[in-house]
Parts: sequence; C-alpha cells; structure tokens
Amino acid sequence: MNLHEYQSKELFSNAGIPILKGMVADSPQQAREAARQLQGDQWVVKAQVHAGGRGKAGGVKLVNNLDDVELIASTMLGSRLITKQTDQTGLPINLVYIESATQIKLELYLSLVIDRSKESWTFIASSEGGVDIEMVAEKTPEKITKYTVDPLIGIDYYQLNLMADEMNLNVQLKEQFTAILEKIFILAKNTDANQVEINPLIVDQNDTFVALDAKIVVEDNSLFRQSELILLRDSSQENDVELRASENGLSYVSLNGDIACMVNGAGLAMATMDLIKIHGGEPANFLDVGGDATTARVRAAFELILENQNVRAILVNIFGGIVRCDVIAEGIIDAIKTTDSQVPIVVRLEGTNVQAGKAKLLESGLDIISADDLSDAAEKVVKSAANFGESS
Amino acid sequence: MSILVDRNSKIICQGITGKQGTFHADQCNQYGTKIVGGVTPGKGGQQHLGVPVFDTVMEAKEQTDADVSVIFVPAQYAAEAIVAAVDAKIELIVCITEGIPVQDMINVKSRIKNSDSKLIGPNCPGIITPEQTKIGIMPAFIHQQGSIGIVSRSGTLTYEAVYQTSKNGLGQSTCVGIGGDPIKGLNFIDCLELFEADDQTQGIVLVGEIGGSDEEKAAEFIKENITKPVVAYIAGISAPLLVVRKGLRKENMKRSEKLV
Repeated sequence: MNLHEYQSKELFSNAGIPILKGMVADSPQQAREAARQLQGDQWVVKAQVHAGGRGKAGGVKLVNNLDDVELIASTMLGSRLITKQTDQTGLPINLVYIESATQIKLELYLSLVIDRSKESWTFIASSEGGVDIEMVAEKTPEKITKYTVDPLIGIDYYQLNLMADEMNLNVQLKEQFTAILEKIFILAKNTDANQVEINPLIVDQNDTFVALDAKIVVEDNSLFRQSELILLRDSSQENDVELRASENGLSYVSLNGDIACMVNGAGLAMATMDLIKIHGGEPANFLDVGGDATTARVRAAFELILENQNVRAILVNIFGGIVRCDVIAEGIIDAIKTTDSQVPIVVRLEGTNVQAGKAKLLESGLDIISADDLSDAAEKVVKSAANFGESS
Repeated sequence: MSILVDRNSKIICQGITGKQGTFHADQCNQYGTKIVGGVTPGKGGQQHLGVPVFDTVMEAKEQTDADVSVIFVPAQYAAEAIVAAVDAKIELIVCITEGIPVQDMINVKSRIKNSDSKLIGPNCPGIITPEQTKIGIMPAFIHQQGSIGIVSRSGTLTYEAVYQTSKNGLGQSTCVGIGGDPIKGLNFIDCLELFEADDQTQGIVLVGEIGGSDEEKAAEFIKENITKPVVAYIAGISAPLLVVRKGLRKENMKRSEKLV
C-alpha cells in the first residue's frame, strides 16, 4: 500500500526525521490559508499522488506570493497528473501539500528496502540526490553505496559510519546522517514498510539535514497488524476496475489487446497470455480467478471482461486442481446466459471432474468452442477474434 | 529413490484442526501419506483425523518422532509456527500458508540458516513423491511415479508440467513447489543439486516466474553443475511490468484470506 508524501512526512516527523513545515489542502482557499500560516515568502505546492516523477510532470511548483499559491493549487486540484510512473490517464490530484521553501547546500539520496537476494534490509545511499536513482546506478554506480543489515545483529554502527564516510560529510553532518539511518530503520520496522525512500535528503542553509520528499510503501500482507496505517489508504489513487476485481477475489489488469482471458493461477495466466501472443494475438487483460474459483466468481470475471469494449474473443483456461471443472463450467454457462454476449468463447478445461465439466458445456447448447490443450486453445481464440472482427 | 521425502516420511500437521488443515491433511492421508500427529495450541490431547493433537511442535516431535511438518496456519501466525518447528529440530518444514509478511520471513530465514532444518515455501503447493507421499495441496490424481524431477515457483503451472509428463508416460520422481515469495526456503539451486544426486531422476523440469533473479542464478548453476537434461520454462514473456507487480501481489493477498 502506497502512502502520500504528506502522510509519510507525518510518520517521519513522529519518528524524529527532520522535515520542513507543511500543510495539506483540498481547496485553493485552504492552500492560500496554509501558506499564510506557514509564513515566509516562498512556498512549494506539491500534488499528492501515488507516483514518482512529479517534479518533471509539473506536479511540484515553487511560488513567491499567496495569490500564486491559490492559482497553482486551483490548476492542480481536480486535474490528473501524468508522470512517467503512471499510465496515460494519470492519477487524480485531490490534495496538495504546501511547504515552506528552503535553501539547498547538498542533495543526497537515501532509501531502505527489503532486498530479496540478500534476504534482509538493505540501505542504499548516494551523494547524487534529487535525480532518478536508477539512472545513477546505471551511469555512475561508484556513486552508490549499500549496506545490508544482518537480521541477527540488527543495526551495526560501524556500517552506518562507513556509509556516512562515502557521502563525504563533515563530522557534524555525519552524526546527523547516521542518526537518520537508524531512525529510518526503526520507522520501517514499526510500519512494516517494504521501502522507505528520501529523495532528496538535503542539507539546508543551517547545515541541517531535511527530508525534502518522503515515500513509504507498506507491505500489503502486514496490513492486518497496521490498523492505524490502513486508515491512510487512498483508493482514489487505485485503478477502479482492478479495485472492484479484488473485491470479488479476482486479480485483474487491463491491457491493450482484444483477446480476453480468464485463468486460474497467476503463472498459468501469464503462460496463457504468452501463448496468445505467440499465435499472433494480443491479450486484453490479465485475469486470475484464483485456485478456489466459485460459480459467482466466474460470473463476476465475465462481467469484468465484457466491460472492455475492445474484446473480440475470450479464452477460458482452467486447470482444475482444488477447483472442479464442472463448477467452472456452470459458472461459464451462467455468465453467458446473464450477460447475453455474442463474443466467441474458447474453453480449455483440464483436471478434476473434466469430463463432467465438458459434458455440461455441451448440454447447455451454447456456442462454445472447445479446445484440447493450451496451444490449441490459443490458436482457436486468435482465429475467432479475427473472424469476429470481420463479421461485426 | 526420490528427493527429500518418501513413503517412510513421518509428518505432523501444524494447524490440523483448521478448515484448510483438516481438508488437506485428510487428502494427504487418503494418498497414503503417514500423518502421525497434529499441532494446534490449546487443543492438545484431542484426536483429529485419527491422530493425536499436541499443543506444541516440541511435544509432537517427542511423541511421534516426526521428521516433516506441514504448516496450514493463518498468515499472521505462520512465521512463528515455522520458528517453532525449527526449534523442535524438524528436518523438513513445508509451509503452504500464503501472505506471510516479508518482514517476518527475514527473521525466519535467518533462523533457518542457523539450523539443520530445511524449509519449503511459504506460499507454495508443497512437495510430492508420487505413489509414496503427498505433503501439500496439489491434486493427487495427475501425478504418476516416474523419472522427471520438477521444481517450480508457480502453482497451477506446476500442475500443467506434472500433467504433461504423466500424459506422455515419463512420470515424476519428486515435485517441489518452492513458492513465489521474495524470501523463501529452498531455492531452485538447492533442488537442482538434490535431483542431480538422485538415481531415479533422469531429467529435470524447472518452472520459473518473472520477478527476481533466481532463474538467472539457476541457469548459471545448471551450466556448471548439472549433467542431466533440464527443461526450463518462465511464463510472462509478454507481461508488462504492471502485471508483474499487481498480478503476483494480489494473488498473494487472496490465498491468505482463504486460509484464515
């Protein structure tokens, strides 16, 4: 689960990680009032969306008077921000964060992530802050330093000091830097974060470190024990169709092609998409109905698929293990009857109760194309989509 | 021969009295798996599925001398359940539970590394040596004793590989579903090493997934160390990054709800 910058900064502040004074606003008037209360003569207006790359996309603006705060806030609020991390429709800006502006003497990069290859926490820091860290890693890897925490030892101060040394800091700044590293580690543990990122972490005119941006990604599997954090969820930042899918126990991602697929299991779903592509088609979605699909869930999946106007054929690929093929067949029949769709459907069933499932499809008298194996199914569905395109 | 488990393996089931534990332990029993006991804190002394239930893994190990534990405990308690099995010196721990917080797995994995126990999973279908023992949730009827060792990160795709090797008469020596979680027990390399040393295994099927670099490491290892023929498949060549992230993450959440 992603948090907004303003939410992450509040958590930073509570954890003792220095931030600038700031206030969140949901209207231009409120933005102006926030800036007035923050005082000073320069502010930064920042769009609150769940995506990076906001600066380059026009989601972060420096302003010099209260009228401009209001003006910038009014153009941002209610619009959608498209960054290189969003899709082409972008994400809605429902809130802006108003922050006092500051001088920057030094910009660093700092993050703490769960590193799957090391099976532990890894700190990543760079003397090159405020830029795309993946670019830094690619072009000047020597400017990046890492330290993996030994889970049995925990924070090792010697290692923290080594990291600070790599940043070329004076004694006073070094002390501040290692303190921030330690606080981030405690914060990440307390919030069950998979990632805490500060980019940039700056040194201001008073020689003090300040987190200019803040990103926290909370592990979804840990939400059961994060009752306070779960209240920070902003579903306006999540894809509506995908959200509805997950409420139905489905995992769905919309794609650009015209061949819809419905599969049980993520791996098999991807294998199915691969085969559609290999046979010259383009998948319209990724859809995993899960290992324990019910009749109701299959119907919900069909309804979701048919919402997409581009769909010209549907491929159902089920390998019944725990789930029974006859139950899936009932779901398919039920769905076709209720949705009254004309889109051709290719079905490949295999596994538990496969004969009963196939018999049910036959008896229904519905126009369903049966396939023997995965490859046969992909070939048939690509052909059906092409024919459907011509006749309609 | 086979790897890791055979007809002599003695298994306890952690979470045996739960809905999933009951259903799958019963299925395993019917396959001929030697389930010798169960563990559910607070239910010690009861009988369930014809075997004794214990309060702790330690007690179950002492009384039954089990060498394998299969875990069907809900995600919020599963990490602790694995550690309890490590502490009781269970040789092989098979954790089916999906949705364990990755933070918890950091601690579990460091415990495993400092012990003699092996872990399969979490978030996996388990392990089966066909016609001998089934320790997990895979559909039994598609398996057939034979010569192919299968190791896989994906659930239903494993069944596809099993089904195809059964259909053409090759059959399987042992199938290990290592699970798709970022931090897990046995990896591809561990299983490849075991299959290489196993007489019954004449060929190996490896089913990978997108995300992470385990497959690349396995490829290096195969080149250097494996003499038997290996067929490897990674699904998701056509998948955009969005699917990689969302598809797998959401699937994780779902199974955890099912187990609770």
